[in-house]
This record gives sequence, C-alpha cells and structure tokens, in this order.
Amino acid sequence: MRLLLVVGLDGLTYASWLFLVSAGLTFTYGVLRVLNLAHGNLYALGAYLGATLVLHYAATGSTPALTYALLLIAALVIGAVVGPLIERFFLRRVYSRDEEVQLLLTFSISLILEDVVKLVWGVTPIFADLPYTYLGRVRLGGVNYAWYPFLLAAIALAIGGLLWLVVTRTRLGKILTSVISDREVSLTLGINVPRVYTLAFTAGAVLAALGGALTAPMFSLVPGVGADVLVTSFAVIAIGGLGSIGGAALGSLLVGMARSFAVYKFPELDLFVIYLIMALVLLFRPQGFFGEIEVRRI
Amino acid sequence: MTTRTRTVALLLIVALVLLVGLPLLLPEWIIFLLTVASAKALAVLGVVLLLRGKLLTFGHALYYAAGAYAGGMAVRYWGVHEALVLLALALVAGVAVSAILGLLVARYRAVYFALLNLAFSMVLYGMLLKLYDVFGGTDGIGIAEPTLAGFRLSGLAMYELTIVITALLVYLTHRFFVSPLGYTLRAIRDNEVRVEYMGVSVWRAVYVSYIIAGALAAVSGGLIALAVGHITPDLAFWSQSGEFVFVAILGGTGSVLAPVVGSVLFEFVRNYAFKLSPYTWQMTLGIVLLLIIFFLPGGVWSLTARLPRRSHR
Repeated sequence: MRLLLVVGLDGLTYASWLFLVSAGLTFTYGVLRVLNLAHGNLYALGAYLGATLVLHYAATGSTPALTYALLLIAALVIGAVVGPLIERFFLRRVYSRDEEVQLLLTFSISLILEDVVKLVWGVTPIFADLPYTYLGRVRLGGVNYAWYPFLLAAIALAIGGLLWLVVTRTRLGKILTSVISDREVSLTLGINVPRVYTLAFTAGAVLAALGGALTAPMFSLVPGVGADVLVTSFAVIAIGGLGSIGGAALGSLLVGMARSFAVYKFPELDLFVIYLIMALVLLFRPQGFFGEIEVRRI
Repeated sequence: MTTRTRTVALLLIVALVLLVGLPLLLPEWIIFLLTVASAKALAVLGVVLLLRGKLLTFGHALYYAAGAYAGGMAVRYWGVHEALVLLALALVAGVAVSAILGLLVARYRAVYFALLNLAFSMVLYGMLLKLYDVFGGTDGIGIAEPTLAGFRLSGLAMYELTIVITALLVYLTHRFFVSPLGYTLRAIRDNEVRVEYMGVSVWRAVYVSYIIAGALAAVSGGLIALAVGHITPDLAFWSQSGEFVFVAILGGTGSVLAPVVGSVLFEFVRNYAFKLSPYTWQMTLGIVLLLIIFFLPGGVWSLTARLPRRSHR
C-alpha cells in the first residue's frame, strides 16, 4: 500500500514534469507545424539561468520565498528573448521550404545553443536546491515526501488549464484555431499570421524554459540535457498526438505512472518503458491518441 | 543513362587507384584519417539515400552502433578476429534491426520519421550504457588485432580494406539509385500520393530503402570498430546521428560520391577545429549548417554543377 502511494506520488511528479516540457513543444507544433528541435536547449537555458539567479540571490541571504519568482523570471527572460530571435530571424525564412529544411534549421540552432550553455556556464554541475528545501517535507500515509513536487504538479495543472482557457475561451484562441486550420484563409480574414507565429513560438519557448527553471532545484545541472528532454517530450506528444495539449497531458500521465512503476519494479527498464508505450500506441494508433490524420496533398 | 553509369564507374576506378597509391605519399595519420572518413562515408551514404526519398533521420547512429557492437560482441564472446566475418556480422545485425524497426518507422514521414529514429537510437544508447555486464558500459569493448585470412591487419591494410569496401558499396548504392526502386524513392520525394496512384507500393520502397540505409551504416560501424579498435556507447549517441546528417547536407544528395567528399572534408576540418577550440565545435557545425541551408542548399557537391562540362548538358 505504501509502495503504491510512493509510486503514485513519483509518477505524478514525473508526469507534471513531462507535461511542463512537452506542452510547449506540442503547442508550437500545433500552430506552426514545425517541430522545434531546440526545445531541449531552451529548457537547458531556462534551467541554467534559473539556477544562477537563485544561487546569486541565496548569496545575499534574503528570504528564500522570492526564489520562486526568480525561476519564473528566468523562464520569461529566456523565452521572450531567445524565442522571437529564433522565429523572426531564422524560422521565418524557411516556412515555404520543405519540412526537412525546417527540421535541419532548428537542429542547427540546437547545436549552437548547446555550446552557448557550455561557454556561459562551463561543464561543472550546478546545483541550486534552495527552492526545493525551503518548502520542506510532508508526512503522507506514512510516507515522507517533499512539498516541492506538489508545487510542480500545481503549476503543471495551472499551465494546462491556462492553455485550455486561452484556446477555447478567448479571442486569441479563436485566432489561433483559425490559423491552425487554414493559414491562408486566416490571412485573408485580416489576421496577422506572422505575428501569431512569433507569439506561438515564444509561448512554446517560455514553456520550455519554465520547465527547465522549475526542474533546476530538483536535480544538479549538467550540459547535454537538451537532447534527452527533446526525445522524452517527443515520445510523450507522439503518444498523445502531435499538436494536442490534451494529448500531451494524457501522454504525460501514462508515461509518468508507467515509468515510476518501472523504477520500483524493474529498475533496469525505466528508460525503455517510455519508448515501449510509444511504440505500442503508435502501432495501433499511428497518429497518437488525439492526433489528426494529415491530409496528403495530391 | 549508360554513359552516366560509365562515368561513375570510371570515377570510382580512378579514385581507387589514387587512394591505393596515396599511402606511398602521405604520412600515417592522414591515412588513418582517410580510413575513418571513408568508413563513416557509408553511414552518411545511408542518410543521403533516405534523404533522396525526403526522409530525414536523426537516429542513424543506431545502425552504426549496431554494426560496431555486433563486431565487438563477436570479438568479446566468440573470439572471432577475422575482419570479413566481423563485417558480415555487422551487416546481418544492421539488416535485422532495420527490418524490425522499419516495420514501424517506414509508416511515418517527416517529423515522425526523424524523431522516431532518434528515439530508438537513444534507447540503444541507454542499453549500451546501462547493461554493463553485456556491453561493457562506458568502458566499451576493445577489438584486438583483426585479421584478414589469418594475417594481422596493419593500419595500411585496414585502410585499403576500408577503401575497397567503401568503393564497392558506393558503387552498389549508385546502382540502387538508378534502379526502378531507386527512382521510385525519388518519385516519393516529389509526390507520394501520385506514386501510389501508379500502382507502386510506397511502403515497400521506403521499407527496402530503410533496410539498405541501415545495412550501409552497420558496415560503416563495423569498419570503424576494426579501424579504431575500441567501441563505446557514444557511437549510438544523438550527436553522432547529427554528425551524419550534417555531413550528408554538407556534401549534398546529388551523387553517391558527395558523402565521400563531404566525409573527407569533415574529418580534416574537425581534426584542426577540435584542437583549436573543443567547446565551440558544435556551434561551428550549427553555424555552417545554417549557412548551407540558406546559401548552398545542394551542398558542396552542387558546386560541381558550376564547373564547365564537356559532355552531357
């Protein structure tokens, strides 16, 4: 029973993390139809900047409560600076070209950012656990568990809810839906599609960086996390269906729980569980749970 | 078409003579570098082959590592040292893995195709890293003294073996390009739906191409294992796959020889750039890739089209 609780809590933590990192990837893909291979690098940038801010702040000895705001600021700064930069100066030039070219372009940016992290922060691990330890721990049915994962879950839930609200309940959501279903018709309706693209890409970038910043207090940072994050979040959104926020949520829960179960029962398999689920889902539902089948143009 | 075939055959013979003659003139380290470059060119050729069908993979190192480890395991557990046997095992491993994964992957295109391959290669990387008892973890596996027909392979002999195998496979791939299936692949690049309308199975063409590309990378990995003498999980890492894609784009997809040219160019540049500044190597690759995308979409090989030609066109 206690094991089940721990597995459930760990699964929830992992699922929240997965949702935070994959929501941005799937959102950007949904609007722009471009998979951002630099997503993992934006995550890394957010994590590193967040950790740096926290460490500097901690050195002043002020109340740790403000570190959470610092993590948020780090995510916003990275997303709002690097996001539009990539979209405006690079991505915009290849929308009319083949999908492979777009992938190659984001891949080159990912290579560049990979080294930017190494150049700025070096290769020694960085650890800023103040926001994690400050919240303390809780006893739950005989299990001693940290509070921070609950904060993570709450934020993941809030982000999911916010995205859902924006897309279904606001004017911006209507515009997004219109651009997603038909870019050209949206243009003729007077929608500023290029701006929507910049906005959507930036939103995805902020989410990636936020995922990184919020994870920074839990693990020590080493260079090279980018690729792992990208591949894992791709697996999640492939399960849910590319471009679907709800799919990302379902995929995160599925993968999170399965992996947490595997960690306790079959520790050697924890990595493969993700891909096993992905392969199984794709075998029976090639477009993922909520994915649409793309119409192939003749 | 026959003149074209003849030209390529002639070019290959010339290259062969030159490359077997080169060792007399060049120092040993360049010979080793050329061995590595020409072995890796085969994996790049696999990526190029798929690119001709508009299929971009970010996980081709999966087959490269599968080939290398198939050889490595044979050395470690069966004590096989015969180079050709090891390479044959690498080939079998590559074909087997790509035939299985291809069943799933060949159904997909574009983003899915690229990322599914990446995911599977990361799975292999994880396995090689974690299953220490089987694969030796980060220590890798040492491949001591391969032999050819019982004779120890020196660096020079290894170089020549690599060149011969590369040339052979490059030629065979060229034959594939001009075969009906090769043309089907190119037609898929232009318009998949119309190919289906003609009554040709797109799935079969993609599946077979995927297996051939996997086999090429596996032999490439086998050759690298023999030439370097030591294999580590890094062979399956995403940056290796990225390197193959980079070299493929650098060389261009216009000819089977483009990957060879790209690969040699790449190994030489890396040899110097890596010493100069190891932390900016990937950044350099990224910037060069951006430049190619924007200014030289056909790769280095497309520059040959600007040379004056006497014969056709």
